[in-house]
Amino acid sequence: MDFQAFLDGFGVAAQPTNLLFCLIGVLVGMLIGVLPGLGPAATIAILLPVAYSVGDPVAGIIMLAGIYYGAQYGGTITSVLLRLPGEASSVVTVFDGFALAKQGKAGTALGIAAIGSFIGATISIIGLTVLGPFVASFALDFGDPEYAALALLGVLLVATVGNGNMVKALVAAAIGLLLATIGRDSFTGASRFTFDSLQLSDGIDFVVVAMGLFGVGEILHNLEARHGKVQAPAAIANIWPSRSELKQSSGAIGRGSVIGFFLGILPGGGAVMSSLVAYAAEKKRAKDPSRFGRGAIEGVAAPETANNAAATSSFIPLLTIGIPANASMAILFGALLVLNVTPSPQLIEERPDVFWGLINSMYIGNIILLALSIPLVGVFVRVLRVRPAILAPITALITILGVYTIRNSVFDIFVMIVFGIVGYLMKKVGFEPGPLVLAFVLGSLIESSTRRSLLIFDGDPTGFVTRPISGTILAFLVLVIVLSVARKVVGRRTAPGASAGPAPSPDDRPDHDRTDREESLR
Amino acid sequence: MSETAPGAGRPAAPGAPSASAPPASVAPAASGQAEPDLLEEIQAEVARDLEDERLPAGGTAYQVVAALVGVGFGVFTAILSYGYGLGTLREPGGGLWPFAISVLIVVLSGLLLLVGRGLDDAEAFTRSSVLPVIGAVTFLAMAALLPVIGFEIPALLLCVVWMRFLGGETWRSTAVVSVVTVATFYGLFLYGLSIPLPHLL
Repeated sequence: MDFQAFLDGFGVAAQPTNLLFCLIGVLVGMLIGVLPGLGPAATIAILLPVAYSVGDPVAGIIMLAGIYYGAQYGGTITSVLLRLPGEASSVVTVFDGFALAKQGKAGTALGIAAIGSFIGATISIIGLTVLGPFVASFALDFGDPEYAALALLGVLLVATVGNGNMVKALVAAAIGLLLATIGRDSFTGASRFTFDSLQLSDGIDFVVVAMGLFGVGEILHNLEARHGKVQAPAAIANIWPSRSELKQSSGAIGRGSVIGFFLGILPGGGAVMSSLVAYAAEKKRAKDPSRFGRGAIEGVAAPETANNAAATSSFIPLLTIGIPANASMAILFGALLVLNVTPSPQLIEERPDVFWGLINSMYIGNIILLALSIPLVGVFVRVLRVRPAILAPITALITILGVYTIRNSVFDIFVMIVFGIVGYLMKKVGFEPGPLVLAFVLGSLIESSTRRSLLIFDGDPTGFVTRPISGTILAFLVLVIVLSVARKVVGRRTAPGASAGPAPSPDDRPDHDRTDREESLR
Repeated sequence: MSETAPGAGRPAAPGAPSASAPPASVAPAASGQAEPDLLEEIQAEVARDLEDERLPAGGTAYQVVAALVGVGFGVFTAILSYGYGLGTLREPGGGLWPFAISVLIVVLSGLLLLVGRGLDDAEAFTRSSVLPVIGAVTFLAMAALLPVIGFEIPALLLCVVWMRFLGGETWRSTAVVSVVTVATFYGLFLYGLSIPLPHLL
């Protein structure tokens, strides 16, 4: 590892502009983590024009990244105080976190969550610092077939491991690949799917698609969805966890960091999965598992550490190989492209200011978050009282005016709205927009790599398999497909009437219980 | 986390909040005695809230229509791609890649049509689905009016519609927030960021 470059990165990260944008990013991230409705992916998409207008790619990407890992801190606050998970990765924190709050120990929960988040993120950043250059050097051996196979694997993993029905996610991904072909074909010069429109001849702008699909789509969906009544927050009596509580959670924090780090690298894995796995693992190894859900401090420490560790380590595939691991990373990938930075194994050599500047800004960002998350709790709770009806039009205006600022084009606004409607409809019928954006971003990479590979192999597709690295990747791809299908088939056979989701209490739904009991007796 | 499944198979004890008595699980100190178990309480509340919030699931019609749209879309793009020339594997034409993807879409959508009809991941359109429609219309209206009369008036109208009609806010708070918002955007975009938005004033 080039230590000098690592140190220079701190020089970059500490520049006033970059510090300012780091602060903005993490604050915005925490804010949207607290607010229900908008997620980090949507916010990053909506703020892309801001990152673009700054000019300096480092500042822009530092801000966008800050939004992503900052959101993990914010989601905890509402989970603990209001029994309302602000982010999907904080759902698991609700049980023990809110239980602690009910026992008057909200400060303990928040404090442990903040400390755990900080440690998890920092360990992850250290891992990124050490592992990153190593992976990048290994990936320099990659040629076109390897890139094609790897990008395909990334898309496939996000579709299978991520939320939602697998087949639908694959359809969404395929549509994304198709959308990427709109415009002039670089190989033959022919125009594809442009329908003689001048504006389409350069293809669809990624930023517009992302803002539409994630931003407008989610705004439209939020108009419809009823959001729960925000109850009065639990009072915070104590401010900080005691030393014994810190010691008690140290194991959970350590294990959560490791789990989060590794699951975050996995495409499709990420913060949500890490928090669930870390919680389950902690509960399984506990001497008295019944404590969990009733205010076990480890039940807060483990998932919160894991989700922050995962949020940070999911940058590794993006920065070292150039393959985004999830939807938010895909949007960041697109953002980097727009800012004229190409994520690839050469990034660390060609743009060490971006690579190390970004990574080192994460150290700084996490310190800021640790310092600010507790004092700002009161502010955030007050923000939550602002009714969504007031926030909604403000976000709507931000997206419309924001997308206009990219190319001063009204056509872009219309395209964004169209994609917003598509995104809304997709949500209605259970299609995930994440794989679509991911595939769209990688689409031209996959296509050009595949076509160049076919030229290298002189038309013989078995060349993909005979090359060792791409062959391994493809074998892994096949394995993933087989495992997912097998898992679905086995799942269907063993549990015909099994229902997923939280169990209703006995007093609530007697009819439901009766049918359940009847089924189990059959 | 959700192993306590009170309904399934256990001898019924309706109305007894702490009736779940698996051997060693009652927390000794914190919530013993006659207090309802903290965990079950929270689980029940969260479940209730989630059920309240979630829109009713869509039925088979949604899945079928979605799958048919997928098939139709795939066929449409396949035909177009064929027109761009497939070429050979040795010399791929511009249409080969999109054609392959289109075929994949058709196959997958067909799969959804065959086996995906029982999925419950769709959300039904309800009366409140009118709101996003109105929202989309206001978006389009603003995009159309922006180059013609500047951004101030369409933005103001959008705020009013969204806050008053879609959000149920009072006229007073709607008016105040709308004017403040548009003014803020005016100052931010035109003076702060120097971005040439079409404007009237």
